[in-house]
Amino acid sequence: MSDEPPIIRVRGLNNSFGDQVIHEDLSIDVRRREILGVVGGSGTGKSVLMRSIIGLQRPDAGEIEVLGENMIDRNEDEAKNIRRRWGILFQNGALFSTLTVAENVEVPINEYFPYLQPTLVDEIASFKIAMSGLEPEAGPKFPSELSGGMRKRAGLARALALDPELLFLDEPTAGLDPIGAAAFDELIKSLHGRLELTVFLITHDLDTLHTICDRVAVLADKKVIAVGTIPELMALDHPWIQEYFNGPRGRAASVSHKETVGT
Amino acid sequence: MAGQDQIAAGSREPDEGAGGTYRVAGALTITRAATTAREIDNLGDPLTIDLSEVHKMDTVGAWIIYRAVRDRKAKVAGAKPEIESLLEQVAEADRPVQVHAEKVGGLFGVLDELGIWMAELGRTLVGLLGFLGATLIGFANLVRHPKRFRVNATVHRFDVVGVRALGIIGLMTFLIGVVVGQQGAVQLEQFGAEIYTINLIGRITVRELATLMTAIMVAGRSGSAFAAQIGTMKITEEIDAMRTIGVSPIEALVIPRLLASTIMMPLLSFFAMIMSLLGGGMFVWLVLDIPPLTYVQRLQEVVPDTDLYIGLIKAPVFGFIIGLAGCFQGMLVQGNSEEVGLRTTNAVVQSIFLVIVLDAVFAVFFSSIGWR
Repeated sequence: MSDEPPIIRVRGLNNSFGDQVIHEDLSIDVRRREILGVVGGSGTGKSVLMRSIIGLQRPDAGEIEVLGENMIDRNEDEAKNIRRRWGILFQNGALFSTLTVAENVEVPINEYFPYLQPTLVDEIASFKIAMSGLEPEAGPKFPSELSGGMRKRAGLARALALDPELLFLDEPTAGLDPIGAAAFDELIKSLHGRLELTVFLITHDLDTLHTICDRVAVLADKKVIAVGTIPELMALDHPWIQEYFNGPRGRAASVSHKETVGT
Repeated sequence: MAGQDQIAAGSREPDEGAGGTYRVAGALTITRAATTAREIDNLGDPLTIDLSEVHKMDTVGAWIIYRAVRDRKAKVAGAKPEIESLLEQVAEADRPVQVHAEKVGGLFGVLDELGIWMAELGRTLVGLLGFLGATLIGFANLVRHPKRFRVNATVHRFDVVGVRALGIIGLMTFLIGVVVGQQGAVQLEQFGAEIYTINLIGRITVRELATLMTAIMVAGRSGSAFAAQIGTMKITEEIDAMRTIGVSPIEALVIPRLLASTIMMPLLSFFAMIMSLLGGGMFVWLVLDIPPLTYVQRLQEVVPDTDLYIGLIKAPVFGFIIGLAGCFQGMLVQGNSEEVGLRTTNAVVQSIFLVIVLDAVFAVFFSSIGWR
């Protein structure tokens, strides 16, 4: 496992907005087929890290490799080949508001494979929607007619449209009710198992971390201060990590996780 | 890994057309979905698909195989366990989904749209009337409780709507003065009556153009801003928060804006008249060699006071309409951010339309009372 090159490799990343330094000499690796959770207090630059990796934010300095390819200053044609191999779920779904859910799912397919038969594209969109746990009735609806949870599932369906190897999720369970959030966790876990995905997951949800993440990276002090499984992190002596995992909410999540695993 | 995606080949056994075995090798992914689907469609029944040499498959590949199994009872041979599981997975997700929203086409579609449009128009007019009423009640409440009047907010609006518009309105109307003078001079020269250019500039700008152009600029600058600001506040639930705290959004947001547009419009219009007269004066001085003193004297002779009154009476009415339409459209925003853009556009279109209709009404009215 460890000899295999990481699927995402970030070295010496620096990011800043004006005088405000967000990342300083940040490094992180994401291994193939793992679910890596990224946690950190508000404003520690979790989303900025994701945006840097996917090329929406040009870092001040540093190296970023995704799927073995350098990502910084790539020309658009070369970057497209990498973009085809990942899917991104933005925080609020970021669905195209003038298209129906099913049409949203078809956008990446039509962009990269314009010669596919339209009926086949419709069928692909249909089963992606079903795989994301949406009812078939959601297909012809517009994003404004959907609830928050449905919008996230629709966003996930679009992210999965091209069978990506790598999936980025930005707070997938934020704003969902606990039942919806648990169902979403299950969905991601089962998709991960079946589609051999690597998942880069930003979250605040301790239950999500306990249930689905293989490893967790902690962002603080402008860096990734630790990466490891939750028990490994809890053994560390960093005040924020202790507060996070051993605080009242952290303990509750950990207990409930042990109970479900035990039974 | 990426390289291997490309190496893939399908081959069929000899008895083509009468069914047979379709053998796929390599990667069966979306990249070769179109070819694979076509090749499978071209083969006759009964069909056997041999997947023993497939080393990689994605859900699209699995879907194509599954579809052949579902629709044509094809047999699958040699599938590895992970491929088997992928096939099961797409089978589970097989639920037909309607892709596009329902659209009514043809004559019924047009009628449908016309009906919706008329109903919307009716609702807007009734809504505007209701909003006007709510605003008047808001004014009445403020008169009874003058302490609730928001002086700072109102002064701030005066600054934004009035003072900051001086530059652009000044420049615009100055140029309009020049253009009116230039076009007038070209025509009047043919009769040797260049001097009448001054009549044209003086009367048309003071009576009509200065106020109208100012109104259009204020609608574009401030009416749209009103709609966008209030609309955004509706989306972020700020207006609901205000209501629950007990602050009336009409008093806090609408009245300062309405006052600003109503009071600033005549001031801006007056400024616009001066600027367009300056522009026209500059033109006749430089091009027609009429000295400024003659220009001013001639203006005094030919432009009646009533022209000024007409321009200044129309201005606050236009300002009120612009403010009302802007705030009303802002308050109508519901749901998503797309709506803000839509309502902002509506506010500008509505207010400019109403301003021009009213301008026509005013023109007839003032002529008929003898202010020619």
